[in-house]
Amino acid sequence: MAHGIIYNHLDLPQVLVVRPPDSFSLYQSQYSHKFHFLKAWESPVPLDQFLSTNARNVQALLSCGRFPINVDLLRLLPSLRLVVTPSAGLNHIDLSECHSRGVAVANAGSVACCDVADLAVGLFIDVLRKISAADRYVMQGLWASKTSYPLGSKLKGKRIGIVGLGSIGQEVAKRLEAFGCSISYNSRNQKKSFSYPFYSNVVELSANSDALVICCGLSDQTHRLINKEVLLALGKEGVLINVGRGAIIDEKEMVQCLVQGDIGGAGLDVFENEPNVPKELFALDNVVLSPHRGAFTPETLTSMREIAVGNLEAFFSNKPLLSQVIDD
Amino acid sequence: MDSITVLMTSPMSDYLENQLKDRFNLVKLWTYSSKTDFFKHNSHSIRAIVGNTKIGADAELIDSLPELEIVSSYSVGLDKIDLRKCQEKGIRVTNTPDVLTDDVADVAMGLMLAVVRRVCECDRFVRRGLWPKGDFRLTNKFSGMQVGIVGLGRIGSAIAKRAEAFGCPISYYSRSEKPETNYKYFSNIIDLAVNCQILVVACALTEETHHIVNREVIDALGPEGILINIGRGSHIDEPELVSALLEGRLGGAGLDVYENEPEVPEQLFGLENVVLMPHVGSDTVETTDAMADLVIKNLEAHFLKKPLLTPVV
Repeated sequence: MAHGIIYNHLDLPQVLVVRPPDSFSLYQSQYSHKFHFLKAWESPVPLDQFLSTNARNVQALLSCGRFPINVDLLRLLPSLRLVVTPSAGLNHIDLSECHSRGVAVANAGSVACCDVADLAVGLFIDVLRKISAADRYVMQGLWASKTSYPLGSKLKGKRIGIVGLGSIGQEVAKRLEAFGCSISYNSRNQKKSFSYPFYSNVVELSANSDALVICCGLSDQTHRLINKEVLLALGKEGVLINVGRGAIIDEKEMVQCLVQGDIGGAGLDVFENEPNVPKELFALDNVVLSPHRGAFTPETLTSMREIAVGNLEAFFSNKPLLSQVIDD
Repeated sequence: MDSITVLMTSPMSDYLENQLKDRFNLVKLWTYSSKTDFFKHNSHSIRAIVGNTKIGADAELIDSLPELEIVSSYSVGLDKIDLRKCQEKGIRVTNTPDVLTDDVADVAMGLMLAVVRRVCECDRFVRRGLWPKGDFRLTNKFSGMQVGIVGLGRIGSAIAKRAEAFGCPISYYSRSEKPETNYKYFSNIIDLAVNCQILVVACALTEETHHIVNREVIDALGPEGILINIGRGSHIDEPELVSALLEGRLGGAGLDVYENEPEVPEQLFGLENVVLMPHVGSDTVETTDAMADLVIKNLEAHFLKKPLLTPVV
């Protein structure tokens, strides 16, 4: 980045930022010579007032990954042509509203898929082999005083049901195959390039799996997809891993199933109402809880930042977007 | 075969105990309050020992049992058995290889992920109700980390195969190079430690490998490096490991074994970059039963004068 040169920000393309994404200071320090960031959250006036005064000509919006991009916001941005979100998740964006207004959407593509898959596998091993529970047991000084510690469950041979065979699901499958697990899946569409057995019905997938790994995005179709029927089909020995979004699972039902022993255990990185986690889970040794850290490594945040900026640059130079979300 | 007396050295498996009771005259070492009492009643009848990682068959025990024919270990590790003495006296020894390879490799991977991605620390963070106060920090990326394996035997190879699926480049130090693998070989453990980010101890414990991970190796691994031990506690100079972790000279550790089990250095408790397990590498329902079955099959084969299934001596 050049020093000592003051860029006339009126010449730079404007990018509206309603709420700052993670490490926004890095966007500022690295890219303020390329874009003029319109920082709505810094203004003392209400958002709609700020936007009508300042954002009538804004063509691009950089999302923080959480603040809803819906009709209430889009209505105030008549010139908007592009929404860029640094997240892989799209559930905070009303995609059909964007589509009908001719607003393109770009996300982080698959940059986070390895990190999220790693955490899914880490949670799965932890639940089956009781790693966090063992760590607690040792630190409570129980090893010397007790003769035995409850046995875990072998990974090899376990039937894994992946819900959503997108980039994350594919990386989860690749990893768990190396542990000797067998893979089946349910997805919006069958993926002909993969030979894993496909189930068009998630209850059937669950009935034929020892573990379900939720890797899909949250949409109207996947909201509460994992309901009581699916959980009971998974069964008393079954394990549930969620690295997608909390609302894909009927959380109240899941908690009840865990407390009553209707399913065997769970590893959860996401919840319906983050950062709130159902307290009943805190008493359970067969549950491993993670505070939505799947994609949160420095490497992935950097990649997310780079691809978000890459999409903005492409847009402003009339080039094809790097990771446009195509509504299908 | 219930006239054959078999000694079980410690409570290791209810399933195994019941199987032994059904087939043999079972003597349980831990039910005797004194050694003299035990030897007085049993020294001339015991023909087989079933030992484990806690109590095996040392010279004293072997010498005091003149009718001993076979030691069948409920473990793959042989460090608690005086193999030379067994060889001298023509006593057979069997262990439980292969059946536990996958489970131990799985724990090694689980420990790596738990340390690098702070899985246990994050679980603690949530359970303590800290998440509403602010997000947990970033954790390091695991995929692609360089993994160095000490001992590329059955377990080491199984670990390598799993780590490869995460895009981790694999290197190793072993007694001999294995050209049939594509992994990078280092002829000494220091070079291996310098060139990897995660060092996994997966070799057998022998005189040569005692404290194979010492201060020099820990320094070579460095403040960003992570040490995983699923071998034996005595592979690592434990006091050196503890001070390196406390002083930040080592980046993290995942341990399933310790020099003086069940004692675990309390200074390690609560370190967010350390994960501690109570020697449960092979402790799954499926594998413990398979290990027990193998012990029984070896004993039966021996007393029926058939070939042993998994002989070591």
